[in-house]
Amino acid sequence: MKRLFADIGLITGKDLKIELRSRVLINQVAPFALMILVLFGIALDADQQSLKNFASGLFWISVLLCALMAISRSMTIERDDEALVGLNLSGVDPIAIFLGKTCAIAIQLLVLEIFLGVGIILLYRSEVEDLWLLVSTGLFACIAVSALGTIFGFLASGLGVRETLLPILLLPLLLPVLIGATRAFDDALGVAAVNGWNWFAFVAGLTVILTAVGAGANHLMAEN
Amino acid sequence: MSVVKLDGLVALLEGFPALTGVDLTVNAGEILFVKGPNGAGKTTLLHLCAGLIQPKDGTGLILGHDLSSERTAIRKRVGLLSHSSGLYRDLTVLENITFWTQIAGVEQSEIDSRISWALERMELDSKLQNQKVRSLSAGQIRRTSLAVFIVRRPDLWLMDEPHAGLDQEGRQIVDDLIEESVAAGATAIVASHDFERVLKLSTRVVTLSGGAVVGVEHEGNQ
Repeated sequence: MKRLFADIGLITGKDLKIELRSRVLINQVAPFALMILVLFGIALDADQQSLKNFASGLFWISVLLCALMAISRSMTIERDDEALVGLNLSGVDPIAIFLGKTCAIAIQLLVLEIFLGVGIILLYRSEVEDLWLLVSTGLFACIAVSALGTIFGFLASGLGVRETLLPILLLPLLLPVLIGATRAFDDALGVAAVNGWNWFAFVAGLTVILTAVGAGANHLMAEN
Repeated sequence: MSVVKLDGLVALLEGFPALTGVDLTVNAGEILFVKGPNGAGKTTLLHLCAGLIQPKDGTGLILGHDLSSERTAIRKRVGLLSHSSGLYRDLTVLENITFWTQIAGVEQSEIDSRISWALERMELDSKLQNQKVRSLSAGQIRRTSLAVFIVRRPDLWLMDEPHAGLDQEGRQIVDDLIEESVAAGATAIVASHDFERVLKLSTRVVTLSGGAVVGVEHEGNQ
């Protein structure tokens, strides 16, 4: 177990170090996220109240679109010079590879969520009524997105499927996370009369299931 | 004692038979030279021995582990030097070697000494160590890949064109490393087009063609 956690830490640390060096998140993904928020605002041609009402949904759609970039980038790192073959040959537990990559993507998405959160407060004038609900949902939902994204990223790499197919495979399966997280955020931002903590529980449950299934699936894929 | 024992091994690559029934035994301490034209199945054979490919038919034992059911155990004990570098371009040479040493599960007390040894053997000086792989020449990248390869000290060395991209000095280092590893108890399978060079090292030569062994010659250095 100690080795498993050490390997997860090594893989997460390595991915984050590469991200800090290449600055893809800062130079490409963050501006892309900001553009989505601005363009949605312009496209909807909405008044301030409508934007406030739609803020949760727009926030999570932005997160999902940016997540696709982060996942794709995370897989490219391993595929470019066949580093993934080296990882498989190193004897490291495939579960550690999966969880390490998932953690690294989740940390990047968390940074992005903070950035987007500030964005909707400044651009859409959203007001936070329940900070804990917002933070808890943001944390669990980004782990769920990262876990499912990682497993589909590996699946796409293993099957030699084109990178462009990743959104088609991934986005429909992320719909429950999108719905749950949006409802919870609606409550946290005070724009809908729903029980946000029930929706948070739904997202948290999905996160546990997706992470467990992803870890198991990656183990099977590495074996076969 | 045989380190590799393959009987009628068939392997498919994207549905096509890359190996069509390979029978091969490699004994401990051998340096087996695998030759053959492009597409003969040399790389597939090495990947198969590394436990990266599930055999379609036939049986195989690598280092005493079954090739169909114990591939994870095989992977932990073999080293594969392939055409790709297997390195992270945005990390430095030292960061790459350190990462691969740690992830291979090398004892904490041994990590520093092994890294220093690998860097010294591959003649990667302190200036190079702190350069990103992205900024290195092809030969320097190959030396870094070799440092990552030797730092694990595998029991079975699987090397695909190990001299590719190296200068004369680098090629000699590779030859010395292979001989030293075998003297220390390892076994090596080397696929190469550099016939004269590898022939001097090898104890046996196997010719592959069309995914099958078509010739075995004992014309190596033993």
